[in-house]
Formats: sequence, structure tokens, C-alpha cells
Amino acid sequence: MKPATRLYLYLSLSLVACLVLVPLVTTALGGFKSLGDLRVNPFGLPEQWVWSNYTDILFGERYWRQMGNSLLIASVTVFLTVVVSAMAAFTFAHVKFFGAAQLMNYFLIGLMFPVATAILPLFIRIRDLGLLDSYWGVILPQVAFGLGMSILLFRNYFRNLPDELFQAAFVDGCGYIRFFWHVSLPLSRPIVATVSIVSFVNSWNSYILPLIMLNTETKYPWPLGIMVYRGEFGTEWQLVLAFITLTILPTVIVFFLAQKHIIAGLTAGAVKS
Amino acid sequence: MTEMTASVAAPAVALRTVKYKSPTARGRLPVLILFLPPALLLFTLFVILPMGEAAWYSLYRWNGYGTPTDFVGIRNFSVLFNNAAFTQALVNNGLIIVVSLLLQIPLAIWLAMMLAHKITGVVTFRLIFFLPYVLADVAAGLIWRFVYDGDYGLFAAIAGFFGVATPYVLADRDLAIYAVLAVIVWKYFGFHMMLYIAGLQAVDRSVLEAAEIDGATGWQKFRYVTLPLLSSTLRLSVFFAIIGSLQLFDLVMPLTGGGPSNSTQTMVTFLYTYGVTRMQVGLGSAVGVVLFVICVTLAFGYKRIFMRHD
Repeated sequence: MKPATRLYLYLSLSLVACLVLVPLVTTALGGFKSLGDLRVNPFGLPEQWVWSNYTDILFGERYWRQMGNSLLIASVTVFLTVVVSAMAAFTFAHVKFFGAAQLMNYFLIGLMFPVATAILPLFIRIRDLGLLDSYWGVILPQVAFGLGMSILLFRNYFRNLPDELFQAAFVDGCGYIRFFWHVSLPLSRPIVATVSIVSFVNSWNSYILPLIMLNTETKYPWPLGIMVYRGEFGTEWQLVLAFITLTILPTVIVFFLAQKHIIAGLTAGAVKS
Repeated sequence: MTEMTASVAAPAVALRTVKYKSPTARGRLPVLILFLPPALLLFTLFVILPMGEAAWYSLYRWNGYGTPTDFVGIRNFSVLFNNAAFTQALVNNGLIIVVSLLLQIPLAIWLAMMLAHKITGVVTFRLIFFLPYVLADVAAGLIWRFVYDGDYGLFAAIAGFFGVATPYVLADRDLAIYAVLAVIVWKYFGFHMMLYIAGLQAVDRSVLEAAEIDGATGWQKFRYVTLPLLSSTLRLSVFFAIIGSLQLFDLVMPLTGGGPSNSTQTMVTFLYTYGVTRMQVGLGSAVGVVLFVICVTLAFGYKRIFMRHD
């Protein structure tokens, strides 16, 4: 490669990398500044490192409660999505029954429109079921809207498992349910991982559903909590920045630790459906 | 087990046909009764019925209590299309699609092409570019609200450096939407880049080498070899860009909340502001119906026109 080409590549890539990183790094650094420092010097290192912005949040209850709420909602969502969609997908892949194709298409309708389209009737339904302001009010619609894609991913995967397994198991007198539990699921770890990553990330970052379904601040997951925090502290940007940094920190850490799986999961989840 | 398979191996052909016609009818009914209803129930209750109800409610004026009785026909829809904020939202959604297609996707392809070279640091660059996509829209929106802030943010410092008056971008009716568009590109280009990186890995190197031997320039190689081979990735990426643009909400709320004076409203922020917070169920449902019709038309039309070969 010519040195000029190399230079051009590195310059362009570094420029874009800077555009991505500068907002993130200045946010993290801004959390260490005093408000006056932030005003005169938003780009540079803090004049004095004000650790208390971060430690006050870390020793407070609020941050942990929001993270805990998000984690709880996301975990239950992932568990239910995987179990419910794997079971349904199994019947589509292995059991021949009348109307199977039509029923599969029925689930695929869910791929075509976002939650927002039906948000008002959904709110009324959740209210009438008495689930308003409860975690279930967020979890159940999230699971339901994730079903279309998850069932599709699981069905395609189950279908590609070798036929011989199926026949051998049946000759040995193994029923469908035992086959599902002892053969299909253990062999499906990659697709379980993909579905889990997609539904976890969606739930962890989800904003509109909890915004509409939850009223009590102690139940808020972090995307709602962070907006409330910003509303409360207004222009005390140093605190808001520290809070933002701490809330995205888990995502960033997990992303760097498991980048291969997360990138593969999020792109494959999109492409394969 | 091994003994079993060994003895079965000989009449395998016969067995396969027999076994396949009635694959152990044992447990077929129980499995259907156990495995299908949870998905069916959840999906019907929280996806299909609400969508149907949205179509129904959109014909009423209703505040969400009791049952809808005040039938108004298609008035909600005519109110909608005569509402300046909603037409602005439609224009903005269109603008977001245009910017996604003309700016974000070329940027993504350009970066993917650069990262296809074998140079050190490729993996790191790829990670950095994908990072914004992993962050929640709400967090990204708040970060950029700080960046744009005219008193404490990065824009204030940049303006100060050049000695010009500080722009309050997000409070400016004419500028705010461009500020939002920039954040959208920042947030999502990495996802599209990953699609193209995956697409490029499937491109056969020898075809490119053949073109090179025939004396094709860099641009010619890209235009006549790489791009056609990327076409299925391109169609996919365009599809995601359009569908994603239509449902934009989370990113706009922390940045502008649809303001100033509705200049950054999208369909979903409009639905939230006018339908949900004011409990105008009829009007809000009408927005949902419009969004649904656009999404479904696009999905079917796009599949029919562009994706029939895939």
C-alpha cells in the first residue's frame, strides 16, 4: 500500500473516530468538573478533579435503584421472550398441523410496525387489566412485540438442525416435549444468545413503554430516571453529565467485554429476520 | 443408543418414509396445547388487538374513559392533516429518511470500504464506530444536548474560539431539525457500517483482482464491481434506515421534545405530545393508523419491488 493511501486512511478514520468519541469523552470528563470550570473549559481536562459529583451519585440510592429496575425488567423480558418464542417456534419447525403457515404469518405481522403505532390502545388495555404502574405493564408488551422476530429466528434455526437427530430420537421413543427440552434447546445456544442479546438491549434502552406505563418514580428504569434527573438539576450540567456517564458505563463495559457477541447478535438479529 | 442406530441403519430408507408420515403422533396434541398458546395469547392481546383497536378508536372522539360513543367518522384524520404540527412531523420524517439515505448510508459504505483494508487498528476503529449504536437513544440525546448547549456545552466553546456569538442551536426554529439530524447520523451510521462490512466480506477477492488486471481505477472497481455485489446489503440497509426513521422518538425527546414551536416534531413525538399527554385517544390512534399504513405499505412495496431476488 502506498504511504499516501495509508495516510489518507488513517486521517479519515481518525477524524470520524474523533467525532464519535469527543462527545462521549467530554461527557465523562465534564462529570469531574465544577460548573464554572465546565463553562470556561468544556473540552479540556478538569482544572480540579471534583470526585464528589460521581461519588455522591454512587453512594446515593437513586442510581442503584434505577439500574436495578432496568435490570429486573430486562431480565424478565429476556427470559419470557426466549421461553415463549422458542416453544412456539418449535411447533412451527417440527410439528405439522393445520394452519401452521397462516399462524406463522400472523406472528410475522408483528415485524412490520413499531410499538408506537398502538401505544394508546395498549395503554388502555394495560390500565383495564390493572397492570398500570407495574413492571408487568412494561414487560408483557415488550415480550409481545419481540415475539415476531424471535419466533422467526428460532424457527429458522430449529429447522436447520439435522433431521437425523429427530428421527433417532423418535425411534428411541422420545416425545416432542422431551425432544425440545433435551435436544433442541441445548443445541440452540447461539440463537438463544442472539435472541437474548437483542431483547435485552431493546428492553434496557427502552423509553416509550415505561414512559407511558409507569407513574411512580421509584419504579422507573434508568432511561426515564435520567430524564427526571436532568429535569430536576436543569443546568447543573456537571451533575447531569456524571449521571449520564454512570448510567451508560455498564453498557460500554459490557460492550467492550463481549463486543464480538453483541455486534454479531445485533446485526444478525436484524439481518436474519 | 449406538446399537439401536446400527440396527436401524440398514432399512433406513424405508424407515424414513414410514416414520415421516406419522412422526410419532405421540404427544403432538399436548405439544400444540402447551407450546403455542402463550405466544398466541401475548401476541394477540398486546400486538394485534391494540392495532385493531387503534383503527376503531381513530373514528371516535374519546378521552379514554368508559366506552367510545362520540363517533366522528374520519374527522380525526382531517384534523390531523390540517394540523400544522402534524404536517411538519411528516415533513421531518421525510427529511430524516432523505438524510439517512443520502448522508448516512454513503458514510457507512465509505467507512466499511476503508476498514476492509488490512491495516493495524481496524478492529478498534470498528468498535468505536459501533459504540453510539449500542448506547440508548435517551443517553445519546442528552449527551448531544450538552454538546449543543449554548452556555456550558461544546458549541459554546467552539463559538468562543472563533469569536462569534454563541448559537443556541436547539432553541432555533430553523436550525434545531438539522441539529437533530446530525445526532441521528452520529447514532446510527455504525449499524449500517457493520452491515456493509459483513457484505464486503462476502465479496470475492478474485473478481476485484481481475478488474485490477484489466486496468480498472479505484472508482471503477467500486462502481462496477463492489457496489453491484453489495446490492442486497444495500437494499437491506435502506430498508432499516426507512423503517427506523419513521419510528424516531427516543432521540428527539431529550434533545428538543419536538420543539421549538413544533419544528422538530416527528410522527411519534406528535402522537405522544397531542395524543398521550392530552389523552386524546381518537386523535392519537389516528396517528398510529397513519404510521401503520405507511409502515405496512413500505414493507410490502419494498419487498415486492426490491427484495424479490433475495
